[in-house]
Amino acid sequence: MNYFLMDEYDVIVIGAGHAGCEAALSSARLGQKTLVLSINLEAIAMMACNPSVGGTGKGHLVKEIDALGGEMGLNIDKSFIQSKMLNVGKGPAVHSLRAQADKNKYHVEMKKTLEAQENLDIKQGEAVELIVENGVVGGVILKTGSAYHAKAVILATGTFLRGKIFIGEWSFESGPNGLSPSILLSDNLVKHGIKLRRFKTGTPARVSSRSLNYSKMIEQPGDDKIIPFSFMNDILEQEQVSCWLTYTNEQTHQVIRDNFLKSALFGGQIEGVGPRYCPSIEDKVNRFADKKRHQLFIEPEGLDTEEMYVQGMSSSLPEDIQKKFYQTIPGLESCRIVRPAYAIEYDCIDPLDLKITLEHREITGLYCAGQFNGSSGYEEAAAQGIMAGINASLKIQGKEPFVLDRSEAYIGVLIDDLVTKGTNEPYRIMTSRAEYRLLLRQDNADTRLTEKAYEIGLASTERYNKYLHTKKNVREEHARLSEKSVSPAEAKGLMEKYGSAPLQNRVTLAELIKRPELSYRALAEIDSDRPVLSEHEANQLEVLIKYAGYISKQLLQVEKFKKLENRKLNPEFDYNQVNGLRIEAYQKLNQFKPLSLGQASRISGVSPADINVLLIHLEKERRKK
Amino acid sequence: MEDTIAAIATAYGEGGIGIIRISGEKARDILNQIFEACSPNEKTDFMHRSGYRKLIYGHIIDHNKKEVVDEVLAVYMRAPKTYTTEDVVEINCHGGMIALTKTLELVLKNGARMAEPGEFTKRAFLNGRIDLSQAEAVIDIVKAKTKKGFEVSVAQLEGSLSITVRTIREELLKLLARVLVDLDYPDADIEELTYCDLKVDLKGIKDQIDALVETSQTGMIIKDGLKTAIIGKPNVGKSSLMNALLKEARAIVTEIPGTTRDTIEEIINLKNIPIRLIDTAGIRETEDFIEKIGIERSKESFNSADLVIFILNASEELSPEDEGIIGYVKDKRTIVLLNKIDLGQKLKKQDILDKIPQAIIINTVITTNQGIEELENVIFDLVYAGKIKQEDNRMITNLRHKDLLEKASLSLRDALALVENKEALDFIEVDIKGCWELLGEIIGEMVNEDIIDQVFSRFCLGK
Repeated sequence: MNYFLMDEYDVIVIGAGHAGCEAALSSARLGQKTLVLSINLEAIAMMACNPSVGGTGKGHLVKEIDALGGEMGLNIDKSFIQSKMLNVGKGPAVHSLRAQADKNKYHVEMKKTLEAQENLDIKQGEAVELIVENGVVGGVILKTGSAYHAKAVILATGTFLRGKIFIGEWSFESGPNGLSPSILLSDNLVKHGIKLRRFKTGTPARVSSRSLNYSKMIEQPGDDKIIPFSFMNDILEQEQVSCWLTYTNEQTHQVIRDNFLKSALFGGQIEGVGPRYCPSIEDKVNRFADKKRHQLFIEPEGLDTEEMYVQGMSSSLPEDIQKKFYQTIPGLESCRIVRPAYAIEYDCIDPLDLKITLEHREITGLYCAGQFNGSSGYEEAAAQGIMAGINASLKIQGKEPFVLDRSEAYIGVLIDDLVTKGTNEPYRIMTSRAEYRLLLRQDNADTRLTEKAYEIGLASTERYNKYLHTKKNVREEHARLSEKSVSPAEAKGLMEKYGSAPLQNRVTLAELIKRPELSYRALAEIDSDRPVLSEHEANQLEVLIKYAGYISKQLLQVEKFKKLENRKLNPEFDYNQVNGLRIEAYQKLNQFKPLSLGQASRISGVSPADINVLLIHLEKERRKK
Repeated sequence: MEDTIAAIATAYGEGGIGIIRISGEKARDILNQIFEACSPNEKTDFMHRSGYRKLIYGHIIDHNKKEVVDEVLAVYMRAPKTYTTEDVVEINCHGGMIALTKTLELVLKNGARMAEPGEFTKRAFLNGRIDLSQAEAVIDIVKAKTKKGFEVSVAQLEGSLSITVRTIREELLKLLARVLVDLDYPDADIEELTYCDLKVDLKGIKDQIDALVETSQTGMIIKDGLKTAIIGKPNVGKSSLMNALLKEARAIVTEIPGTTRDTIEEIINLKNIPIRLIDTAGIRETEDFIEKIGIERSKESFNSADLVIFILNASEELSPEDEGIIGYVKDKRTIVLLNKIDLGQKLKKQDILDKIPQAIIINTVITTNQGIEELENVIFDLVYAGKIKQEDNRMITNLRHKDLLEKASLSLRDALALVENKEALDFIEVDIKGCWELLGEIIGEMVNEDIIDQVFSRFCLGK
């Protein structure tokens, strides 16, 4: 292909979705001259599916991205229209923040941020070729013939890569939401030896709000108290809008059953693997035949639009059938479909071909993030984006890679799962995937990550100082509460008020907070000289005191985990020379080249006995030196 | 911090003294919890420099059962000048295999875990204690573990233990999936799990685990009992012997040869040693089909026996059948009963010893209980002197399983306590998962993805 050189960058990001935006921002913020490409600039941070950010596990990821100095938390704080803390009835480790977004505002705000970012250029353009020489990436060429040189390239192509939409028996090449797909790049990646595979996902219809009857649905309002996603925000004010709950019925299921064969899913047109986490309605009806009804939520797509998202009802049935079954649902009897539901298939990579830094194993300087890596979800994408951006930059700067392990962050769990265990379907984070859940809370993401991010230069001084301030306040107040005690007489009224057993002796306030029926706030009336803490600080403090026992138990487990994690392995090492490894083990180890013994131990096919053999080998090597 | 590990360091079933070795940070604490020195002055010696590397005489005490387990000599060696370079304790047990195994169980209960094969040596090497030339040998030991582990798990697959453990794990998995749905899908249209449901489920599962622990309560011969085959030609007194030992009429006793058509198994408790008695149909040529089956089984069961009791009619010369049996028992640990000596003694002890040199010979009249007590004493002595050898694998795995089962039960006890206090579900899940993983170690399965598969196959979730 003929081309001409336009410019040179340190880092080029292909795709400006949730992964691409974080990748571009972190790279630019770390001082790299960065270019982010998007097939259409209107697609920057586009929410192609649900109009919400956060939820179980996902909310944790957003908090972590924020603590690292990423954008997602700040952006949703600017554009949310409803906020809800999920799981408040459960332990603090699974409290999860979720916000409904104004989709357009989310896009506009993110675009503004990209435009204002120093070192960052945005450009509408379709990358069609990677420049790779001797296994090292050198830049990209656009459809228009413009070439850009770069030291690193980050692929964040989402569902655009050879995207194909299915609605019933009709299918056509397309990116999400009617945008152009990226076809040529896919062929080019294959030419460079990158192995691609097909995944699929789907989205429900959008319906016009005016055509709905809300009196037949159950209102789902937001929380009275709004908790921000970003640690940089203390208080947020926003008038909230409601979501609505309604249910399918036997009639809905009958329509769907009668038309199973018309679904692209069952008709066999789709070859890609879909996520169990977002099944289509036909899938649900088929697999859970005895379920009498399925719930669905009607969620606003924004404040300036009539469009409503029908959560729980994604489908690849033909449009006429969609209309027919949507209209069997209470409240949707005369609904008008604004955008039909569709399934979309796209090319992605097997994440086992990536290093833990998200760099490709075979092509130096090529990083990958987001749905392209086989994940699903905006938050999962953003989390990989920020890490890919950081590591691409650090590599250019000749610095050590930045890796979070499973005991430090959900981001670590996510990436370790992807690149060490792999995935056979679009991967979704879940709190149950984390071994050290009690430590990886959303309230302490700043404590876990901000200092590290400041050290590599990503978290701003302002953020770092805010974190230090919080840390100091929490520490001092913790000390004060462990010091100050009350007599049975002083506490009598409070104990009666909360139905707590009367005190026998003097006890410290910290001890009192440990009682399930009491809280830091409740103790205010017998604790007149307490300092003013922010909501976030008070919350963090209370968790630390109440769950001290559990936390220290998990810290012990982490200490054990770290032993193997800290035993670094040389990625250049040839495992054939280790005497005693089983064949499967050394093949896998040679394929993966794990960075630590801990990572090696999680590779399927590597047994504990193999790890012992490795340990002994390492010790032998050490002594030889 | 490494785990504290423990194991029996001497060969199983051989030698009068057995040594338990404990290595790791908790070694001394564990010793202090289970050991009482006989001289009051020495009670706290392990805490003082004067008590390091000093062999102290005392008893191993099971505080829960308030019983003395064994008379021992114990020594505490302080890190780093020890075999593993960690704190090491060695306990010399004198009471034979049962006491040795019981002591090890106590050590495990108090915070150690069973050492893997070669693990002490591995630590010694990794901590710089043994030299390079020994490293290869260590690798061999560690490697052998995979193979051995495989053999053991295959052996266990046939046992009812693994079936029960699998069933229990299934139930736990269902419960875990249910919990996961509540934690990760708070919006889902699925009834919330109540504390009441949780309590019922957890209690049910815990009872099953406890029942398993209970059946493996008897130490060394935990699961199977000492397999003892009773053999002899028809009508020589096998069923009578079984009855005498059982002290109740169990097998049918008649004067007609071949009445006992099948092998009969009974577990007896002989001075706290569980003994699995196998009464075999008389071994002789027969045309009777049913009896033939019984005879085949006799041969099988005694091939796998740890001990054989061979009954001869002392009032008759050796018959060709007896000679045939002698051929079978020659290499076995055998007690020969010269029965019916009240009817005259044509067989002399020496005649038997000439043919079965390792045999222990007792004169009996089983019908009047003459010689039965002597027989019991002989069996007891054999076991306690460690002269009866059980297969090593079986013992090690049994003890390992018991340890894991007990820890699994403790996890559920913790979970139940949390349920009782209405603590948050995500804390309870940690203990349930712990239990599931411990049971997984028994059957060698630990795959996290199982739970997620379970969730999505059973519940309709997702946007």
